[in-house]
Amino acid sequence: MGLNLILFYAFATLAVVTSLLVVAQSNPVHSVLLLIGSFVALAGLYVLLAAPFVAVIQIIVYAGAIMVLFLFVVMLLNAPQEDAVQAGIMESGATRALGALLALALVAELVWAVSRSGAAALGSAGEGRHSWSVTEIGVMIFQDYAFAFEATSILILVAMVGAVALAGRHLAEKKS
Amino acid sequence: MTEAGFAQLAILGFVFFMLLNSAAIMVYVERKVSAKIQQRMGPTLVGPAGMLQPLADIIKLVMKENLRPKAADKILFALAPMISAATAFAAFAVVPFGAETTFFGLLDRPVPLGIADVNVAILWVFAVTSMGVYGIVLAGWSSNSKYSMLGALRASAQMISYELSYGMALAAVLVLAGSMSLREIVDTQAGTWLGFIPRWIVFLQPIGFFIFMTAGVAETNRAPFDFPEAEQELVAGYHTEYSSMSFAMFFMAEYINMVTVSAVATNLYLGGWHGPFLPVWLGWIWFMAKLSFLLFFYVWMRWTLPRYRYDQLMAFGWKFLLPLSVINLLLTAAGVLYFGA
Amino acid sequence: MAELNHYLILSGVLFTIGTAGVLLRRNLITVLLSIEVMLNAVNLTFIAFGHFLGSADGQVIVFFVIAVAAAEAAVGLALVISLFRHVETLNPDAFRQLRG
Repeated sequence: MGLNLILFYAFATLAVVTSLLVVAQSNPVHSVLLLIGSFVALAGLYVLLAAPFVAVIQIIVYAGAIMVLFLFVVMLLNAPQEDAVQAGIMESGATRALGALLALALVAELVWAVSRSGAAALGSAGEGRHSWSVTEIGVMIFQDYAFAFEATSILILVAMVGAVALAGRHLAEKKS
Repeated sequence: MTEAGFAQLAILGFVFFMLLNSAAIMVYVERKVSAKIQQRMGPTLVGPAGMLQPLADIIKLVMKENLRPKAADKILFALAPMISAATAFAAFAVVPFGAETTFFGLLDRPVPLGIADVNVAILWVFAVTSMGVYGIVLAGWSSNSKYSMLGALRASAQMISYELSYGMALAAVLVLAGSMSLREIVDTQAGTWLGFIPRWIVFLQPIGFFIFMTAGVAETNRAPFDFPEAEQELVAGYHTEYSSMSFAMFFMAEYINMVTVSAVATNLYLGGWHGPFLPVWLGWIWFMAKLSFLLFFYVWMRWTLPRYRYDQLMAFGWKFLLPLSVINLLLTAAGVLYFGA
Repeated sequence: MAELNHYLILSGVLFTIGTAGVLLRRNLITVLLSIEVMLNAVNLTFIAFGHFLGSADGQVIVFFVIAVAAAEAAVGLALVISLFRHVETLNPDAFRQLRG
């Protein structure tokens, strides 16, 4: 088996296992850390797909900034473990088993759909695609996707202001 | 194994070994330099002029008992110093420290001095630095103690705030040099203007250099930005509950981060291994000299400047350094566009 | 050589895991984390197709998806914080005041 395939399976297994644990863990701090593991695995997959730039961006932004934000919130809220407001039907073992079963059914459907589609033909057409350099990606972002770029910057500004407005303690609250 | 592969492995081992040693050397340098600044002697008993003092320190640390608070989260408590140390080492993977050399004729083909040369090297350094925040945050959280928690939150907030200015200063250098690979950035700094001024980027970007070093000092939690570790304030901040080898790992990680920031600054701003009087293949001597100067500067700053209070520190980072770095980037980009260089 | 199908199936599995998390977990933070898992799966699909079709569009779109995910995480967490201030729990079942 080629090195590419071995690495693919290694990273894929890591990604699937950590994602499963993210969803299954009860402690939110552990979930966050496992998700970081999943991001690292995916960054490895991106490198295999000749996208080193996006892989490093994923580590910097997703694993390095967004997850720190999650971690801060979890720690500041001292997020309790999943406590039942009233142990409803959603927490029962039967519901969880049914959920897992339905998830497996969804996976089977997706696998069937993918294998029936013509995607496999694309997969074998031509090897040795070159790695896109950062310059080329930058040129594309600023020329073809310029509007999306500007809109994203406004979106981030709006999100910043919104987050501060929602979560910040307002002066009026302090007086009471 | 091919000869080049063997040489690469040797360089890898050498860099790892030197990084470990640099932590020990920095301990000694810090104590001696701080002593001279404060007009006292510093360590003199152990070895000639106290040079084996770090060895004594390490032996002491290793022989201490490895404590763990009962309520601490076992896995995270053990993992946190590992993350700190691992990211400190990993950042050095893309830093080149010399030109191609054949090791005085031992090899057939010259091999470049550096572990790897990726074309996203700057981003890699940035990414690994971002991951280093987790070591601190997890240390504070898993210790289950309020001093550690506060220290960790403050340290990580400080680190992520100064990462922005750090990145902007890096981006300005990127605009000037036109490449993200550290080796190529150093190679654009070869040669001189007018015959005697070296073509270092620091002369084109003095403000950028100031921003980078300031953000670097804040990133590594060193004075004057070491409030989260301030003994007088928070016992010892996020590593209060650690002892023995785990503490040693945090300690070592801090010094290696210093070395990494200095090494990256040397490559980005001070021309790396290019310098007069020496042939290029001996350039690593210049690299070491510049690196040593920056490290000395680090220690000098610690024992000269008073500590910033936490709110002053955050205000400085957000309200002064970040706008300055954005303006620096804009001016640099405008300059490159106008002068076409 | 890993084929496109491998990547698509992996992405499908990850997406399903994320969906299961969103629908089954009763902790707001874990729900947000599962959404991130889903976004990751989508990113993987984009990059895989971009690679196998020989165009850089996949990477550019993922760049924007990551930026948007950052904004969404920030606002989502701000909402979680302000919800937590009212009712000291992270269980979404506790917020029933708007139920018809």
